[in-house]
Amino acid sequence: MSVAPVLLAQADAAGAAAVTLARLILVVPEMVLLTGAVVATILGLSRSRALRDATPAAVVISLLAAMLLVPLVHTPERAEAAGLLMPMLGKPVRMAICAIGAMLCLVSIGLVDRRIEAAFASGRAAFDPIRVIRGEYYAFFLLSVTGLMLVSTANDLIWLFLALELTSLPTYIMVAISRPSRRALEAAVKYFFLGALATATFLYGFAMLYGAAGTLILTEMRDVFAAQAAAGGLGILAVLGLILAILGVAYKIAAAPMHFYAADVYEGAASPVTAFLAFVPKAAGMLALMLLLGTVGWHGHSVVDDSGARIFHDGLPRAVLYALWIIAAMTMTLGNVGALLQSSAKRMLAYSSIAHSGYMIIGLIAGPGLGLNSVLFYLLAYGVMNTAAFAILAGLERQGEEIESLADLAGLARRHPLLAAAMAISAGSLIGLPPLLGFWGKLYLFIGGIQAGQIGLVIIACINSAISAWYYLRLVGLPLLSPPTPQAEAVVPTPSIWPRVAALSGAAAILLLPLLVQPLVEAAQGATSATPADFAVVLRGAGAPAP
Amino acid sequence: MTAALFILIPLAAAIAAAAVPSRLSHWVALAGSMVLVAHGLVAAVFFGAWGTGAFALASEATWLRPLGIELALGADSVAMALVLLNCLLLPLCVAGSFTAVQERQREYYAWMLGLAAAVNGVFLARDVVFFYICFEFTLIPLFFLIAIFGGPNRERASIKFFLYTFTGSLFTLAGLLYVAWQASLAADGAWTFSIAALTDFASTQLSAEQQGMVLLALMAGFAVKVPLFPVHTWLPLAHTEAPTAGSVLLAGVLLKLGTYGLFRFALPMVPTAVEEYAPFIATLSIIGILYAALICWVQDDVKRLVAYSSVSHLGFCVLGLFALNPVGAQGSVLYMINHGLSTGALFLCIGMIYERFHTRDMDAMSGLARRMPVWAFFMVFFTLSSLGLPGLNGFVSEFLCLFGAFISTRDATTGYPGPLGPWYAAIAGLGMILAAMYLLIMLGKIVFGPPKVPGGAGHGHDDHGSPSALPTDLSPREIAVLVPLAVLCLAIGLQPKPLTDAIEGSVIETLRPYARLAVAASEAQPEGGFVLAEGIDRATERATRPLVSQREHSRLAGAEEGAAP
Repeated sequence: MSVAPVLLAQADAAGAAAVTLARLILVVPEMVLLTGAVVATILGLSRSRALRDATPAAVVISLLAAMLLVPLVHTPERAEAAGLLMPMLGKPVRMAICAIGAMLCLVSIGLVDRRIEAAFASGRAAFDPIRVIRGEYYAFFLLSVTGLMLVSTANDLIWLFLALELTSLPTYIMVAISRPSRRALEAAVKYFFLGALATATFLYGFAMLYGAAGTLILTEMRDVFAAQAAAGGLGILAVLGLILAILGVAYKIAAAPMHFYAADVYEGAASPVTAFLAFVPKAAGMLALMLLLGTVGWHGHSVVDDSGARIFHDGLPRAVLYALWIIAAMTMTLGNVGALLQSSAKRMLAYSSIAHSGYMIIGLIAGPGLGLNSVLFYLLAYGVMNTAAFAILAGLERQGEEIESLADLAGLARRHPLLAAAMAISAGSLIGLPPLLGFWGKLYLFIGGIQAGQIGLVIIACINSAISAWYYLRLVGLPLLSPPTPQAEAVVPTPSIWPRVAALSGAAAILLLPLLVQPLVEAAQGATSATPADFAVVLRGAGAPAP
Repeated sequence: MTAALFILIPLAAAIAAAAVPSRLSHWVALAGSMVLVAHGLVAAVFFGAWGTGAFALASEATWLRPLGIELALGADSVAMALVLLNCLLLPLCVAGSFTAVQERQREYYAWMLGLAAAVNGVFLARDVVFFYICFEFTLIPLFFLIAIFGGPNRERASIKFFLYTFTGSLFTLAGLLYVAWQASLAADGAWTFSIAALTDFASTQLSAEQQGMVLLALMAGFAVKVPLFPVHTWLPLAHTEAPTAGSVLLAGVLLKLGTYGLFRFALPMVPTAVEEYAPFIATLSIIGILYAALICWVQDDVKRLVAYSSVSHLGFCVLGLFALNPVGAQGSVLYMINHGLSTGALFLCIGMIYERFHTRDMDAMSGLARRMPVWAFFMVFFTLSSLGLPGLNGFVSEFLCLFGAFISTRDATTGYPGPLGPWYAAIAGLGMILAAMYLLIMLGKIVFGPPKVPGGAGHGHDDHGSPSALPTDLSPREIAVLVPLAVLCLAIGLQPKPLTDAIEGSVIETLRPYARLAVAASEAQPEGGFVLAEGIDRATERATRPLVSQREHSRLAGAEEGAAP
């Protein structure tokens, strides 16, 4: 018996251990967040009011700690060792997620347990750990953010699936407990059942992808699919699996035709949770789509023409491209037209967040380079401006109920000029007005789309931006220009100051981040930098013609 | 840095005006705008590109390296002239608003100065993205100026204005990005947004279909801004509802963003398509000239009348541009400046009346000349300038635009392609007659005739408790606002040559793609194969010569045809 196989096996074992270690170190920030979740649960049950009130602080601290840890642990060598599909994706993305997560946490301070805390404080009720839900709320909050962060470092389908579910499951509960109202329960039930359907859909798609590739590891899937594409085109199983997976994930990003739940659920949940739903599951879905599309790649696909000859074309496989194209066009249009018809500010923003998903899909279609970079940049911009807009709604109330209708905002500038200005800035940024953050996101996306030859989609996006200006202008006009109605006179700020702090800091970020547009774009480039080169290597190795 | 100061000074003044107490903000705004004017005058004196086609005041800074976006500024003589117009109108607008705006002054002056900064940015931009940012940013201040300080219908006006122009310019952005993409494909994926580089690329490398698409996209944005006939409907409403200074800036410089965009992008970037579609665009502008003039004829609202007259006048401007020869283009650029001066002044005059009587209804007032002789003098003066009385500025530019269209015939005897022709000029010329009719009717109604003062405000002061009661006739401040405009109108009317000489170089540079086409075409036809290049006097002189030779040519051709069978 020769010594060599034994040595090889030992080396393999050592290699596998190194890979595992690299992966474990990569997810240290997520471990910090999980620890934070446990701490939040305990603090939320504490007898002391001060400790209970410190729960959100623990959440914010763990988010900030995780954010600072990300650049330390996510080095290029370690990402390489972990064998990720997009090695550097997790670094800027996770930092941005933590930052926006902290903002979302500020928005939700003062949301849960308000009445019962008042009862405890006034002595009408004795402290009862069964009745407080603050700890659960913040723990689920952190769990969901953890799931989102894990998506970005996923390296196999199981990990991806579990991370997506970890993102979604807590949100069902968060919707239900966000406010003591039947509508919240209704929204949660709707969200849960449709979410389960979507999960089944993309799990079925994942199974097909596994059948097509024979492996669950994303990088290996990429190699298998590249070889298939070079040898004669992707199999029907792979394409079908991918389309099913896309449709399932479309639920997370609220893209047509899986968007129907969004308006009802977003309206039923309390504003801070709506802000959360509009960013966290959406970002998870976008990142998941990026990884899934990355397995088939944006190069080297071909179609067979009538004479049986293979014609190579740029971009995604044809069937996937058409599916995404239709999804993008429908999502943008349905979202914006739907928003146009709303009289409730929350429903309007819900539809508008559908539309923003449509814009981002353009970047996914465009692929590595400008396309994916622009999606990442847009996610950041969207996260900041959408959260700021919801934070203003969360920071105001009328007779103890959160405000919902647009009419409640009329004349806001008279009594709360800063909040009105923040609303105008967020709306301007959502329109895409220069020089605000949203403009750069849109510009980048449009450049990415045009560079991939998707002129039709960019023109549809232009038309949609114009439609969106119509309804976003109401968010500018009502607070700043209209006289207050008697209904709007009764609107007062919530007791907690933090949603307003989040709104103002979001508005400040919208104004100031454009000054940092160069480093942000470079960060987005860094996130996907290793991706296109890898595809080229694989394709050359598989003998496909150079694109 | 000189160029950057044109943007930074008004921006700094805007911040200062917003920061100081309300009662000081108008003085701060005035001081800031005077500094801007002084800076403009100094820069104009030392400006190195008058009369040439070159760009001066260049300054560049990298902005977004991965995408090739730069913070590049620079001005040729046309841009510089429009910047100076903007700088000049600004202090007049500020001073003209002293009594009209009594509430929320800080916001008012801050938005106005911010608007001026953005407009200067548009004229000075040498990078497509920076141009677009400034172009779009002009919407925000004007939206608020109209929506906060406008008339009773202000909300609708501001939203309509915003949506029209925003929608149009999105397509312009898409078109420009498309050009940049094509350029990056040709340059192996290196992106640039430099206007000069993209213009060079697009004019030589794009196919006719691609140029047609780009032209369509550019027109979508710029035609709305001009505004050209079918998409002009936002303008009368916005003008009527805007506060006086907003109207002045809107007419004076913001409409010029559209024509300047056509001049800077459409003409040099997509020559083949422009040549093909020039008759169509010229037809639209002629429809606009006549249609808007007819609407003016039946207006009761004097401000709306002047607003529609802007639509009519800008039609001449576009017609001159799309004559595609230096005479027409020069006339068009001159028109941009002259329209800014005389229509801006007319809006100021009407604003002064509105401040006193709180009405713009022409039937409600008449014979104001007896009551307000100084005002009547200026009103008549600027009306005559606007309708193109020889000796005043309007005439020169109107004549050049029409003349450019007239000599823009197919025979290419001018050395430039001739998409239009005498018929275009003749029909557009009817607009001048109509302009004389509606403007003189307006004068007859409100300045002359039996004295009648609206609303019984016969005591010489307005009865609305305005803290600064205005005198019956113009106050010295108001006269000081109008005099500089009147002097410039007269000066340009009497001696336009310095100005036309100054902008000639860049006009010829902009039309260079056409000259090349024309020369190539005329090589086969040696007769009249020269470039009509220098000032208008020489242009006029030469333009008559080809007409003779052309007649001879056709006679010879006819003889040959007669001989052939």
